[in-house]
Amino acid sequence: MVGVPLALDLILIWGPTLASVLLSFTDWSGIGPVTEKNVVGLKNYQTLFFGYSLFWPALEHNLIWLAFLTFVATPMGMFLAVLLDRELRGKRIYQSVFFLPVVLSLAVVGFIWTLQYGSSDGFINNATGLVKSGNPIDWLGNPSINLYAVLVAASWRHIGYIMVLYLAGLKSVDPSLREAAKVDGATEWQTFFGVVLPVMAPINVIIVVVTAIEALRAFDLAYIINRGKNGLELLSILITNNSISEASLVGFGSAIAVILLVISLGPIVLYLTRVMRTAA
Amino acid sequence: MSSLAATRPRVRAASARRRFRPARLALHVFLTAMVLLWLFPLSWAIFESLRPIGETITNGFVSWPQHLGLENYTTVWTQADMPYYYLNTLIIVVPGVILTLLLASMVAFCCSQFSWKFNLAVLMIFTAGNLLPAQVIIVPLYWIYLNTPLPMFGSIDIGRFSFALFSDNGLLYDQYLGIILIHVVFQTGFATFVLSNYMKTITKEITESALVDGANLLRIWWSVILPLCRPALAALATLLFTFMYNDFFWALILLKTGDRRPITSALNNLQGEFFINYNLVAAGALLAAIPPVIIFIALQKHFVAGLTLGSTKG
Repeated sequence: MVGVPLALDLILIWGPTLASVLLSFTDWSGIGPVTEKNVVGLKNYQTLFFGYSLFWPALEHNLIWLAFLTFVATPMGMFLAVLLDRELRGKRIYQSVFFLPVVLSLAVVGFIWTLQYGSSDGFINNATGLVKSGNPIDWLGNPSINLYAVLVAASWRHIGYIMVLYLAGLKSVDPSLREAAKVDGATEWQTFFGVVLPVMAPINVIIVVVTAIEALRAFDLAYIINRGKNGLELLSILITNNSISEASLVGFGSAIAVILLVISLGPIVLYLTRVMRTAA
Repeated sequence: MSSLAATRPRVRAASARRRFRPARLALHVFLTAMVLLWLFPLSWAIFESLRPIGETITNGFVSWPQHLGLENYTTVWTQADMPYYYLNTLIIVVPGVILTLLLASMVAFCCSQFSWKFNLAVLMIFTAGNLLPAQVIIVPLYWIYLNTPLPMFGSIDIGRFSFALFSDNGLLYDQYLGIILIHVVFQTGFATFVLSNYMKTITKEITESALVDGANLLRIWWSVILPLCRPALAALATLLFTFMYNDFFWALILLKTGDRRPITSALNNLQGEFFINYNLVAAGALLAAIPPVIIFIALQKHFVAGLTLGSTKG
């Protein structure tokens, strides 16, 4: 009963993970067998770090994505959760609205925000009169701002997700702790930062990990908007472009995959140790 | 302290009723503003989808509407063949969700009802596998899909749909079967984690006494444990449906034939070919969004329960 699912998981997920690592030391093109001649040592990594102009921008974009979600979107989601964690008229409606974007696919989110950002046809430029005055802002085309424009769209979805996770965490905090703090004369914010937040430490870690994994997985939005070019390069997109769509630089693409893997292992290990400690 | 805590809430509730609290009003004002902000992009898409493009061109994008109607929807629905892509999605998602739940519940059953040495390792393999970015494994996976021979036993044709047995090109690549497989394997990680957490709350004595009564494992799993897990299975089914429905990446890479694409990844091709103006883009995107939104509205409780079971309990 465990055997079949486990075998499938090992063959289709962990096998390829290991293969990515091994292939990153080769110049294999994806056709024919991998032979000794294909082994090139660290050459792919050398090219990646010193000879491939898209790598550092992509890494930077991934890190900005991570930072933006961690320091802007996630705290906003937590803030909404704290505001909604009380007896409040209309609470359910507020909650549902903030959560609504979470059920939409990133492809749909991308289209919906294109309608806002479009340079001559989008809402923002038309509503602010920028189209009429003849100098519309190219929100999605200008490489110095398009990443942030996309991050606003990503946050629209991420904030609701974090809010729901955090609300569930807040509900599990023993109410007598808060009451005790109130009796001692603590204000609401003192109670939150002094009592609730420390108790929530395990959930805070999980929220950060979820955020990090979301940021490293980012692919759909950038791909929908401009196929991840011109300011929207991401590691995930470079992997796909190099080894599947455009070229067949399988070894080189795998080296990028290994970089993404190494970065992802941080949050994954953190998550596993937290979650499995309680499970054990 | 506990007796004190027990009496306090009532006192507080009474005092809250007596005072008018400006803080509360400010909170509602703030939340209402946020709600409006949140709904705006969606409302704008709806507004645009209901306007004929001719009117938008003459009056500008931001202008009072003279005529609202469903023309853009009918155009997209018929010209871009939307019903066809919805059915593609169903062909992939329905077996995907069922198989994922079956496999994951088996693993979770074995790992939570018996104390084996490798329980934790197995759970970790599944959970960690689900957390990996898909792009980390895509290169070798793509190769596997292109090099796994599958038998070609012809196909069952129903209308415009052709269900190959087991493949119409001899490969796993570009097949409904292949895309279902990767969804099942990837999501089994998540579902196993959630279900094993849930099953831990079921006492092991149930399984033990059933074993003593001579029932075999499959029987216990199917007729004792699964019925007890109904709430968790419902929550997971809702969530998995949405995950698979919303998938863009797997279908983009592992399917080549545009006609087999499920709706979410088909949107990308339809853009440019059929969605030639923003009003049609809006209608197409909203049509693709309707099923998960309906599921969310109808099954919100399950949806949220699934998400929180998967992340905060442990």
